[in-house]
Amino acid sequence: MAAVVDTLRLTAEEAAGLLERGELSPAELRGAYLEAIAERDGELHCFLRTVEEAEGDGVPIALKDVISTKGVETTAGSRILSGYVPVFDATVAGRVKKAGLSLLGKTNTDEFAMGSSTENSAWGPSRNPWDPERVPGGSGGGSAAAVTAGLAPWALGSDTGGSIKQPSALCGNVGLRPTYGSVSRYGVVAFASSLDQIGPVAKTVRDVALLYSIVSGRDPNDSTTAELPEPVRLPEGESLAGLRIGVPTELNEAEGIEPGVGEAVRRALELVTGLGAEVEECSLPRSVRYGLACYYLIAPAEASSNLARYDGVRYGPRAEATSYQELVDRTRDEGFGDEPKRRIMLGTYALSAGYYDAFYGQAQKVRTLIIEEHREALSRFDVLVSPTSPTVAFRVGERAADPLAMYASDLLTIPSCLAGLPGLSIPCGLSEGLPVGLQLIGPQFGENLLFRVGHALERALAFDTVPERWR
Amino acid sequence: MTWEPVIGLEIHVQLKTRTKMFCRCAAGFGAGENTQTCPVCLGFPGALPVANRTAVEWTIRLGLALGCEIAERAVFSRKNYFYPDLPKGYQISQYDLPSCIDGKMILPTSEGDRVIGIVRAHLEEDAAKTVHVGGRTGRIGGADYSLVDYNRGGTPLVEIVTAPDVRSAEEAKRFLQLLRQTIVELGISDAEMEKGTLRVDANVSVRPQSSDELRTRTELKNMNSFNFVARGIEAEVERQVAVWGSGGEVKQETFDFDAATGALTPRRAKEEADDYRYFPEPDLVPVEPPAELVERLRTELPELPAARIRRIERKLDLERATVLVTGGLDALWEQTVAVGAERVAAANVIANNVVGAGVAPAAVPARELARLVEARERLPRAAFDEAIAKLADPGFSADPYLAQEAVSDTDELEPIVARVLEANPGHVEAYRGGKEGLLGFFVGQVMKETQGKANARVVSELVRAKLSA
Repeated sequence: MAAVVDTLRLTAEEAAGLLERGELSPAELRGAYLEAIAERDGELHCFLRTVEEAEGDGVPIALKDVISTKGVETTAGSRILSGYVPVFDATVAGRVKKAGLSLLGKTNTDEFAMGSSTENSAWGPSRNPWDPERVPGGSGGGSAAAVTAGLAPWALGSDTGGSIKQPSALCGNVGLRPTYGSVSRYGVVAFASSLDQIGPVAKTVRDVALLYSIVSGRDPNDSTTAELPEPVRLPEGESLAGLRIGVPTELNEAEGIEPGVGEAVRRALELVTGLGAEVEECSLPRSVRYGLACYYLIAPAEASSNLARYDGVRYGPRAEATSYQELVDRTRDEGFGDEPKRRIMLGTYALSAGYYDAFYGQAQKVRTLIIEEHREALSRFDVLVSPTSPTVAFRVGERAADPLAMYASDLLTIPSCLAGLPGLSIPCGLSEGLPVGLQLIGPQFGENLLFRVGHALERALAFDTVPERWR
Repeated sequence: MTWEPVIGLEIHVQLKTRTKMFCRCAAGFGAGENTQTCPVCLGFPGALPVANRTAVEWTIRLGLALGCEIAERAVFSRKNYFYPDLPKGYQISQYDLPSCIDGKMILPTSEGDRVIGIVRAHLEEDAAKTVHVGGRTGRIGGADYSLVDYNRGGTPLVEIVTAPDVRSAEEAKRFLQLLRQTIVELGISDAEMEKGTLRVDANVSVRPQSSDELRTRTELKNMNSFNFVARGIEAEVERQVAVWGSGGEVKQETFDFDAATGALTPRRAKEEADDYRYFPEPDLVPVEPPAELVERLRTELPELPAARIRRIERKLDLERATVLVTGGLDALWEQTVAVGAERVAAANVIANNVVGAGVAPAAVPARELARLVEARERLPRAAFDEAIAKLADPGFSADPYLAQEAVSDTDELEPIVARVLEANPGHVEAYRGGKEGLLGFFVGQVMKETQGKANARVVSELVRAKLSA
C-alpha cells in the first residue's frame, strides 16, 4: 500500500482532522505509521516493540517504555524487566486510550530513564534522524526520534532531569516537561519519584498542548498530583505584547555551550522582541552552580530505593541461586546495566547512616534554595529562556565512557526540574546542520503561558522539523 | 545488692480497617494465599501508594487515648532493606515525624497510679507472611525454599513505643492488658496476640535499686501471650542479675522466647549493623490533619479503661475492678448491679461463671443475670451452671431454673458427707493437719454424689463441722 499521507509532516492535529472529516480511515492512518516504522526504524531503532492490534480509532501514539501498558511488555530499557507484561495500564496510558488514541508501540529509553543518549538501553541505542551517526538524546530518545522521523505523530516521554526536553532539542521537535504534580506518575516505572514527570513530544506546540490536556489532571492513584488551576488552552495568537522574558545569565553563558547553540538562541530572542515582549537579563546563580550536584544526590538516592523492588522474586528474570541472598544478588547483577548500578551505589552512599545529613539532607536544603531562586526570578518575569542543551546531538559513543560529560548534557534543564517547574523545548534553528533547542521555563502550572510563547515563536521561526536528508 | 528491672515495650497493633494501608485491597484473614493483592501491595513497577484515611484517623484516635500530642505534620519515610516479605524493597513507615508523640498511660495500682510514658505511636505497613520450608531453624537461612503470602503485606500497623518506665514482669502484663482493652474499645483492632494482630517486644535491663543509670538492654521477641511476655521478662531479669552479680557484663542481644521450654534463645548476631537508609517517602504527601478533625476525634473518645477502673474500684475493690474492666465485663456488671444484684457477688459470678462458660457479656440480659446471682446459693449447682451457660440464648428466662431448689436438708446431706469423709481418710488427716484448702475438695465430692443438687453452702458448713468435731 502506498503511503496515503506524509507522516514526516503530518501533525497530530491535522491527522485528527483527516479522521474527523472521514478523509482517512483509522486503519489507513495507523497503516501509514506502521509503514514508516517498517521503512525507517531499522536504521533508527526508536521502537522496542510495536503493537499489531490496538484499541482506539483515533490518532496513533507511541509511549516510552517506562509507561506500563496492560498486556504489552514494558521493560524500561532494562534486561531486569525483560518479559515483564504489566497487568495494568499506567494512568497516562489509560487516559490516552480513553481519548481513543491507538498505541503504535513502546519506544526506546536509557535503562530506567538513566541517561542522555539512549546508549544505556539494554536493547541498543536509538539514532538521530538528522544524522544516524549521532544520538537522539535521552533518556526519551526513542520517542523524540520517532516523532521527528514520522514514525508517530506524537509520543509520551518521562523527564527526571531533562529526558523529554533534551531529546526534543537534539531531534528538532517540541517537548514539554510539565509542572511536577500535573500529570500522574501512577504506573510509570519510577526513577526518582520527586522529579519524575510524564510529558508530550510532538512536532508543534499545539499538538503538545493537546496531548497535555489529555493526560494532565489529578489522579486519585497518585497522591502528588493536583487538579490544574485552569483548563489547557490551545495557543492561537502570535503576539507576545506585554510579556516579560527573563534571560538568566548563568543558563545562557554556561561553560560548554557551543557557539552555534548560543547564536541560535540569541537570534530567537531578537524575534521575541519583535513580537512585542520585553527581554531582559536576569540571574539564577545558585541554581546553576549547585543544580547538577544537587540533582546527582537526590535522583540516585531515590533511584537506589525505587530499584530495590527488582529482586527476581515476583516478576522479571530470576537468576539461578541456592539462597535468597544469592538470588537477589545475582538477579540484580545480571539484570542491571552499568548506569543503574552506578546510581544505586551513589544513592545508597548518599543515604547511609552518617552521610545522610551531609549528602541527601544537604541536597534537599539546596533544592529549597533553588526553588526560592526560581520563584523570585519568575515574580519579575513571565518566562525564562535558555538553550535546552549546551550542544547539538553528539556522536554515538562520544560520551559513553565518560559519565560526567554525559551528566553535563542536562546542565541547563536540571535546575528548573529541581524547582518542579514546567519547561518547554522548541526547535529554534540549526547549528552545524543539527537542530538547536530553546528552553522556556514557566511558573508552577504556567503551561498555558509556555504554550502561548512557544506557539508565537514557532510561527515566527518557521523551523522545518523534517531532517534535511529527507526533504 | 537489690536489682531493679527497667523495661520498655514495643507494641505492634494491626488495624482492622476494611482495606490495606496504601491500596484498596481487602485487609484481613482467611482468604486464599495471594488473593488479596494488587500491583501496589505486590510492588509492581510504577505502582504508587495512597494513604488510607481511616488508618490515619484511627492512629490519631489511639494517640489521643494515650494522651499523645498529635503532630500537625507527620511524614512517611522509606525504611530500606531486602527481604522476600517486603515487595518494594522498603517498608513505608512514619519515622522521625510520627503522628503521635509524648503521651502516657495511667496504670491504676494499689499503691496509686503508675504512669507509663508513651514515647510515640506511629503508622506503618505490615510485611507479608513467609513460610520457610526445610532446614532446621524455620528461618530463611538453610531453608529448602520459602513461600510468601502477600495478603498480609500492606496491612496498616501502629507501633507504640513506651518509655522504659515498666518495673516488673507483672506490671508489663497489667500494662499490656489495659492497653489491649483500650485498643479494643476504640474499635480499631481485635488486638489478639494469638492471631498476631497484637505483637509485643520487650527491651529489658536491670540496675541497682534506686539508681537512675541505664545499663545495656536486651530485646525479647516472639512472645505470643501476655503470660509469655511476663515469663520471658522474668527469666531475662533473672539472667541479667546473675550476669552482673557474677562480675560479668550484659551484652546487647536479641532473644527469642520459647513458650514450650520457657527458654530464651539468642538470635545469631548480625555481622554488620542495620542501615535502613531512611528518607522521606516522595510518593506520599505529609499527613496534616486539620485541627477540627483532631478536636472532633478527641471529643468522641469514650471513657477509657483506666478511668473506669478507678471509678469502679470505689464501689468494689481494685483487683475486681481491674478484672472486670480489662475483661470488658464492667458494662454488664454495672447493668446487673443497677437492677439490684449485690456488687461483689455479681462481680464474682461475671468474672468466674459467665466468663468460664464462654458467654459473650454483651449478649447477657442483666435482669435475668441479677436474679441468678441473687438465688445462686439456694439453686442446685448444676441448674445454676446450666442457666449461666444459656444466658445469651435468645429470649432466655431464669424462671425454670429458679423453680429448682438445692437440697439443704441436713438430715439428707449428713450421711453423704460422712461417706465422703470415710472414703478419703488421707485427705481428712491432711485437713486436720492444717490443709484447710481441702474443704473445697470435700464439698466437690459431695456435690458429685448428689449430681450437683446439694446446697454448697450447707454442705460446706456440714463438712467443716464434721472435721472440726
